[in-house]
Amino acid sequence: MKSWKELPIGAMIIEPGNSIEYNVAQWRVFRPVLDKNKCTKCGLCWIFCPEGAIVRNEDESYEVNLSFCKGCGICQRSCNVKAITMIKEEGL
Amino acid sequence: MKRVALSGNYAVAYAVKMADVDVIAAYPITPQTPIVEKLSEFVADGLLDAEYINVESEHSALSACIGSSLTGARTFTATSSQGLAYMHEVLFMASSLRTSIVMANVNRALSHPLNIWNDHSDAMAERDVGWIQFWVNSVQEAFDATIQAFKIAEEVLLPVMINLDGFILSHINEVLILPDEELVREFIPSKPLFNRLSPKLAYTIGVVGPPEYYYEMRYQIIDAIERSRKNINEVNREFGELFGRTYGNISTYMMEDADYALITMGAVSSTAKIVVDSLRKEGEKVGLISIRCFRPFPKNDIIEVFEDVKSIGVLDRALTPGGIGHPLFTEIVTTLYDSSKIIPVQSFVGGLGGRDITIDDFKQMYKIIKDVGLSGRRKPCIYIGLRE
Repeated sequence: MKSWKELPIGAMIIEPGNSIEYNVAQWRVFRPVLDKNKCTKCGLCWIFCPEGAIVRNEDESYEVNLSFCKGCGICQRSCNVKAITMIKEEGL
Repeated sequence: MKRVALSGNYAVAYAVKMADVDVIAAYPITPQTPIVEKLSEFVADGLLDAEYINVESEHSALSACIGSSLTGARTFTATSSQGLAYMHEVLFMASSLRTSIVMANVNRALSHPLNIWNDHSDAMAERDVGWIQFWVNSVQEAFDATIQAFKIAEEVLLPVMINLDGFILSHINEVLILPDEELVREFIPSKPLFNRLSPKLAYTIGVVGPPEYYYEMRYQIIDAIERSRKNINEVNREFGELFGRTYGNISTYMMEDADYALITMGAVSSTAKIVVDSLRKEGEKVGLISIRCFRPFPKNDIIEVFEDVKSIGVLDRALTPGGIGHPLFTEIVTTLYDSSKIIPVQSFVGGLGGRDITIDDFKQMYKIIKDVGLSGRRKPCIYIGLRE
């Protein structure tokens, strides 16, 4: 890590958007697992995910970016066809 | 250049005007109010091209100043006593965000009981906020320190507080030399400062500092204020070249051959000088030290003048209840410890909440300092003028 001499003064963050480098995957207890056979591609999980961790692919299918998913389970609750299951991380 | 009679408050206001500040955000409080009143007049009359922000509290005043200073605007505020106390948490932010705010603090006692008169408890309660602190002895010094403060603050990126004694300096007219505005502009040109709140930079300012970063950020303040010693001396030297007046980090009076020294801060030094003169006539080798720069504390300057002193008295005008010593006393004793000199130091407290410190009080202090020097043993803190 950077020393006090190397860090910008006044605790300024001088690289915009650098939170992308901050891996929060270890916060997660439950991981959302998407069953692509049940998914109707309605996009509700993509809308509701507070972290933007649901990724919409070019073919309009969806997947989870596990680097940013904190395992809150909102996607599971928003899915009308129950295509998302929350599974405990240590079971995986 | 002209010789005029001005109060300490107006001297500060004129210095701020000549410094051509960009933003003033302040809230009125006795005895500081005439500073910001005069400045609002200057702005309203078109004599000073600045944004004058009316705020609802001192907390907001300093917060507005932080935003302003971070855009690179030359920024000023003033306060006293409860106002400074109300700024407390923002004072830390102003220094750790590395602003260049200049503030006049007109020293006044803190409540309770409510007291509008002069002592040093307001600024002494803010010793550890990471601001550079000047203490002045005269109206001329108040003016000069304000001009110097802008240059120092902008060079080292730390805020500067100028302390002047409430009423004793703030409301007393003294003759001072008011320099030409062009000369002040030459000393502190109105140039764009480091603008960190520019949309071009996309910086994030005012962040969370988790345990991995907070310590390093706080250490930067230690480094900056230590390095500021060099800037303060250099600014003072440049000031002397242009204006013909210089000030050390401490001012000394009759210390060359003094056996017994008293250390004070602020306007009370003038009364002490009268006593030094009269005691010198009686053959007593007494001297006086007045601390001008309290943060960073001028340790080395003080050790130099202590060379042949037999005993020292320290007059505090603020209290540290339950502490080992009152604020200035503690600094002096620590300074001596580091110098490995063994000189007895007698602690005095006086002049709280506007109580006069008279010529007789100073005579009594010098007598006690001499007794301590002869016996080699100091007494517990002596509360001058306290009714027993």
